[in-house]
Amino acid sequence: MAEKCQCFSGGFPMNAKIIEIIDETNTGKRTLLFDREFENMSPGNFCMVWIHGVDEIPLGCAYKNGVTFQTVGPATNALFELKVGDSVGLRGPLGNPFTLPEKGEKVLIISGGIGAAPLAPLAEKSKKLGAEVTIILGARSESDLIFEDRFSKTGNVLLTTDDGTKGKKGFVTDILVELDLMEFTKIYVCGPEMMMKFVMKILIEKNALDKAEFSMERYFKCGIGVCGACCIDTLGVRVCKDGPVFKAETLVDSEFGKYHRDASGKRIPY
Amino acid sequence: MVYLAAGVPLKNPTILAAGILGTNGASMARVIRNGAGGVVTKSIGPIPVYGHSNPSMIALSADGGRGETFGYLNAMGLPNPSYDEFRQEIEFVKTSFTDKAESAPVIASIFGGDAKDFVAVAEGLLPSKPDAFELNVSCPHAKGYGADIGSQPCHVEEITAAVKNAVDVPVWVKLTPNVQNIKDIGLAAQAGGADAIVAINTVRGMAIDIHSGWPVLGNRSGGMSGPAVKPVAVKCVYDLYEALEIPVIGVGGVSCWEDMIEMMMAGASAVQIGSAVYESETIFADVWSGAQHFMKEKGFAFDELIGMAHRRK
Repeated sequence: MAEKCQCFSGGFPMNAKIIEIIDETNTGKRTLLFDREFENMSPGNFCMVWIHGVDEIPLGCAYKNGVTFQTVGPATNALFELKVGDSVGLRGPLGNPFTLPEKGEKVLIISGGIGAAPLAPLAEKSKKLGAEVTIILGARSESDLIFEDRFSKTGNVLLTTDDGTKGKKGFVTDILVELDLMEFTKIYVCGPEMMMKFVMKILIEKNALDKAEFSMERYFKCGIGVCGACCIDTLGVRVCKDGPVFKAETLVDSEFGKYHRDASGKRIPY
Repeated sequence: MVYLAAGVPLKNPTILAAGILGTNGASMARVIRNGAGGVVTKSIGPIPVYGHSNPSMIALSADGGRGETFGYLNAMGLPNPSYDEFRQEIEFVKTSFTDKAESAPVIASIFGGDAKDFVAVAEGLLPSKPDAFELNVSCPHAKGYGADIGSQPCHVEEITAAVKNAVDVPVWVKLTPNVQNIKDIGLAAQAGGADAIVAINTVRGMAIDIHSGWPVLGNRSGGMSGPAVKPVAVKCVYDLYEALEIPVIGVGGVSCWEDMIEMMMAGASAVQIGSAVYESETIFADVWSGAQHFMKEKGFAFDELIGMAHRRK
């Protein structure tokens, strides 16, 4: 059982030992469970994971004591090399989480790829609070799919894969266009930015943008809202502190779906 | 009322410090909307820099991490997209406010390896019309830049003079406290034609994670800011005010209106606020309204406060 910890608010890394490693797929998507847990974690929060001597990166909290990631670069590759018993530094829970539903609300969760990491605890919490949960769960292929079991226990899962190896062949947007969104009171979205861009387009067309929240990703430097590396145009909001979860309206007419900034601050078009 | 700090008409005398929320124009515009009287950009150099690996900023708390936060350590490593990319960010701030009264000056912080670099960056940014330049000769953790240059009076004078010669807006010089005698560096900047001194940059520091034995910052060590460095800053501002003819802008650990008043009494004509945005986004408005209230209550005029401690002897 993980030791409960409330004394850290993200300022200084706490030492956490890996107690379990779960390979979610055979394509480099992995969960690490730690011996310390963020008792006050709310779905949508992230933590900064410090891989000693390598880097510190933001990862969505998939559990109170765990993160789920995919290998995409040197830091995540180094994280993938760690074994049970190894330690990392953790700062969190950080950032603005999702707005939780109330009892009886009908909510729609739209998850693409590794975006499932912060959404799985959201689905679980929503069910616990008495909300009725529908999930559009998308992945590239069956072998890339994560948390299908976790989502299935919380509500109705509508599956889609790009290559059709499981569920409907296509994208989450192909399922979204067919749904009657009037019945949902909250819509939560996390996934690749291009996916979220097309989701936003449909939500605007279906006049459902006002009930949507998107979880964003940007390059983080300080991770605690001071340096400004993750600020997005045109409102200048900080993804690490004012986000990563934003009301959809905040992202309209922003850099969302158009470009992001690299570690130097240079704009990189999508 | 316009507060003139070394030729720059500030909306109020609280300024966003360099390296904080200054990477993009939208962010700086937001800081102005939140009450800053002026903003200093992230330090910009001649070529893109990706900075040190993370962790690049941590908060330090007393009592083994359980107590109050007393400071911050950072080593960003001067990440910046170069002046060519950055012009659009300054332009964004300058064009964000249709109502001139809402706007506030943008001071471009620049760095380089020598006078030629500094001039190239300053000239490169000029078309975006910054209201002033702040020369970063004080970053404590970038080899060959910042404090490596800024601890040598001859270099400071040469660079200041070169930039002054190249631009037609005020030039501020930001100093490092990590020197034997900060007055000598201040005098060198003044001799080079600086319009104001900004003091101080961060104080060299380091933190080690006792559980793993690893230095926490990606760069192993860095610079300290926050409440604990304020007395260091107050002393530097006090000494500089005494030694120089040009105005001093106080920075280092200012996180409440009392800190601003104290900094002014030491000799600051205005203050910069940095890490304190960690605690509050409305810090500029809060500090300034608190300071105004204090001045009114005590019957102090703004100018009377500047350097008041020097006259108490």
